[in-house]
Amino acid sequence: MSKKKLVVIGAGMASGRALEHLFAADPDGWDVTLFNAEPRGNYNRIMLSPVLSGEKEFPEIVTHDDAWYEKHGVTCRFGEKVTKINRAAKTVSGEEGEPVAYDKLLVATGSNPFIIPLPGHDLDGVIAYRDLEDTNAMIEAAAAPGSKAVVIGGGLLGLEAAAGLKLRGMDVTVVHLMGHLMERQLDVAAGYLLRKALLDRGIKVLCSANSKEIIGVAGKVKALMLEDGTELPCDILVMAVGIRPNTGLAAEAGLATGRGIHVDDHMLTSDPDVLAVGECVEHNGAVFGLVAPLYDQAKVVAQTLVGQTAHFVPKEVSTKLKVTGCDLFSAGDFEAGEDREDIVFRDPGRGVYKRLIIKDNRIIGAVMYGDTADASWFFGLMKDEEDISEMRETLIFGPAFQGGNTLDPMAAVAALPADAEICGCNGVSKGDIVAAIEGGATDLAAVRAVTKASGSCGTCTGLVEQVMGVTLGDDFVLPAARGICGCTEHSHEDVRRLIKSQELKSQAAVWQELGWKTKDGCHVCRPAINYYLLADWPLEYRDDPQSRFINERKHANIQKDGTFSVVPRMFGGMTTSDELRAIADAADKYNVPTIHVTGGQRIDLLGVKGEDLPAIWADLNKAGMVSGHAYSKGLRTVKTCVGKEHCRFGTQDSSGLGIKLEQKLWGAWSPHKFKLAVSGCPRNCAEATCKDLGVVCVDSGYQVGVGGAAGMDVRETDLLAQLPTEQEAIDVTVAFYQLYRENAKYLDRPYKWIDKVGLDWVKERVIDDLENRKALIERFELSQTIYQKDPWAEHARERAETYRPLADLNLQAAE
Amino acid sequence: MTTWIDIGALDDIPARGARVVKTAFGCVAIFRTGEDQVFALEDRCPHKGGPLSEGIVHGQSVTCPLHNWVFNLETGLAQGSDEGAVPTYPARIEQGRILLDAAQLENRSAA
Repeated sequence: MSKKKLVVIGAGMASGRALEHLFAADPDGWDVTLFNAEPRGNYNRIMLSPVLSGEKEFPEIVTHDDAWYEKHGVTCRFGEKVTKINRAAKTVSGEEGEPVAYDKLLVATGSNPFIIPLPGHDLDGVIAYRDLEDTNAMIEAAAAPGSKAVVIGGGLLGLEAAAGLKLRGMDVTVVHLMGHLMERQLDVAAGYLLRKALLDRGIKVLCSANSKEIIGVAGKVKALMLEDGTELPCDILVMAVGIRPNTGLAAEAGLATGRGIHVDDHMLTSDPDVLAVGECVEHNGAVFGLVAPLYDQAKVVAQTLVGQTAHFVPKEVSTKLKVTGCDLFSAGDFEAGEDREDIVFRDPGRGVYKRLIIKDNRIIGAVMYGDTADASWFFGLMKDEEDISEMRETLIFGPAFQGGNTLDPMAAVAALPADAEICGCNGVSKGDIVAAIEGGATDLAAVRAVTKASGSCGTCTGLVEQVMGVTLGDDFVLPAARGICGCTEHSHEDVRRLIKSQELKSQAAVWQELGWKTKDGCHVCRPAINYYLLADWPLEYRDDPQSRFINERKHANIQKDGTFSVVPRMFGGMTTSDELRAIADAADKYNVPTIHVTGGQRIDLLGVKGEDLPAIWADLNKAGMVSGHAYSKGLRTVKTCVGKEHCRFGTQDSSGLGIKLEQKLWGAWSPHKFKLAVSGCPRNCAEATCKDLGVVCVDSGYQVGVGGAAGMDVRETDLLAQLPTEQEAIDVTVAFYQLYRENAKYLDRPYKWIDKVGLDWVKERVIDDLENRKALIERFELSQTIYQKDPWAEHARERAETYRPLADLNLQAAE
Repeated sequence: MTTWIDIGALDDIPARGARVVKTAFGCVAIFRTGEDQVFALEDRCPHKGGPLSEGIVHGQSVTCPLHNWVFNLETGLAQGSDEGAVPTYPARIEQGRILLDAAQLENRSAA
């Protein structure tokens, strides 16, 4: 019997495996011609990463060598592109020689890297990461000392390229469009840990970064320009943003294609004599990029060719990153859902994160970082759809640990290094406290006496107690936990302290390092964490509007009927006829039903519709007015009396000082609202003695009082200092506000905070220590460079669209 | 019967955020979670009528901005000790676009 003729187009991983199965099932039945555009045979493409990093040599990853092809009588046409498939004549034409006839044709053309059509994408030095040529080009570029690489794409391939280039000694920056790395395989928490690990090994990572243009000189790549104007110099630019099935040849031959070449369960295309396999195919709407399903397809191809009935059934696939030292694993479906439950385990000390997604007592997804030793066990349970209800309690600990203890809530503190600062006021580290305890201090008072830890402001008391708990074990009874909310055992004070001492600069960092029990917090903790981060890291952290209460997100106060109130700022309570006219015009134009004069000396326009906000703001901006922040946990108003300019009792220019203070402080965020007043004489018409900070002018200068309130509690201010000059009054005010901003618990007004830390503690820092006063002012001014901007103007200009409905179906119906 | 209509791009809604769609029978809030799932609910808290689209989205829940009632986005049920439910509507994502079931929205008027 004469042999059947099989032509294979493409010598990739899938076709190589298909041929192995075919020769195993029918060793002598086929006469095979194998075309490959690359000038070589089948090799293990996914092992190119170790070749790039230098951990392997190319010959080690060849899967089929010349001897193998010869043994099986395969005619190799390597380095030759196929130009045409003629289905009527059943022939395939290469660039050279006669057309080759086939009985069966296997299309395995794989995929093409997707190149973003940025300006400059065709410059020399812009490389995709796909084959050995690309790999060699990268290795060559890395050989030049001090050379730089930019990798666009923070997916599997991009990160492997980045890690390989870094190992080769290049300076590498990864630019990723999405908010976290490998967003298709990892959740936010695991993405955060991965980013941290890459940063640790010296790879720069920019997330949420939009590429704009590739800049070249003399036809060669020189830098990548981002949308925000950042320029990243580079000698090579690797684009690893994804792959597209290579369907060109098949489509020209008239085979049915969509995203890929359509195949049925038997891997047959729309022509029963033509099969397709690998990354070029589309099966039931899915295309494939990972190797496991391709191997399954290869098996089906061989069975179909030898006349057996076989079906390709896509199975769960898992992902592992081939970067030495970054252990991560992802499999299945890890979206949350009503019928799904999460089991989350975090060990901040070891940088471990594990999450299992459970549905109907079965694992349907898993994400792990840092410790993937049990990944295959979990993956097995998932693929076998095993009922896990019996071992649920200890499931997350893996197969070796069934029946263990529950998690230790103090693990985060236990994991802190000895030099971690616990008490910022007195510079006491965890090691100091442990030493004191080992020296015999077994209660809080003793630790405080020996180390001074928690002896000043006291906000680290909870942490000190936890260190004692960790050190003393059962001998120490921890006071009842006062966590921020159900998401964490940590108190506000602990979290604030740890954000500073552990330099946590993102919400994902806080959730992971402090062992949050929920995926992304809740409405109680998110606004607090967002505030702590922006107050402590004004330059590094970016404010997250989605973690703010609606009033601060939309810069207006929501009312009971869902409308908003709009309060423009009137510095020091002073206004002009032009401002009043603009307010009146705006009120008419937007049908404002209620106009109210507030207790903070300004005008409140009530009942404005949410979608009208950007327009009314733009009108008020035109008249020179900015947001009054009447909605914010931040600087509200500075109420003044007219002072000595007009009043016969006035001792100083109180309205002038009020205006100066408000101009200095407006726009700043704080743990709670912050209201000021300046009275021109002790008659105190501006009611300065019941404000968060109030200045009462006297003949000899300025009395600055703090910690007043006239809300749920009514409190009179306590005198912080009497100061001779206006400038000192301003300095002390700014320094006090910054001290409050840096140290108070979210939603504590200054009087509550002062009750905890003591007025003397405040005085030491703001009044006595002039160096510290200066440092506080400098930090405040730095923060103001970011936050003192009119949000109304910004939103009216850039975000007006988000205030409108996403769609209006009434209009669509009418059209 | 379902009639899927395209109401906008997923990227028009911030992650952990919401936008509204106006209909003849009131506003529908379209939520996007931190993991890029979308849910459509009536934009009205059963407690005092608060606009849920203005709330903080966390996990698969939203907190009403008026009095902090928390609702599950998938079922519309109030969480914790509060009792009540918000009508939900089918919504899905296809190739980065958000689709709403218009037939279900219209049924609401008949109900």
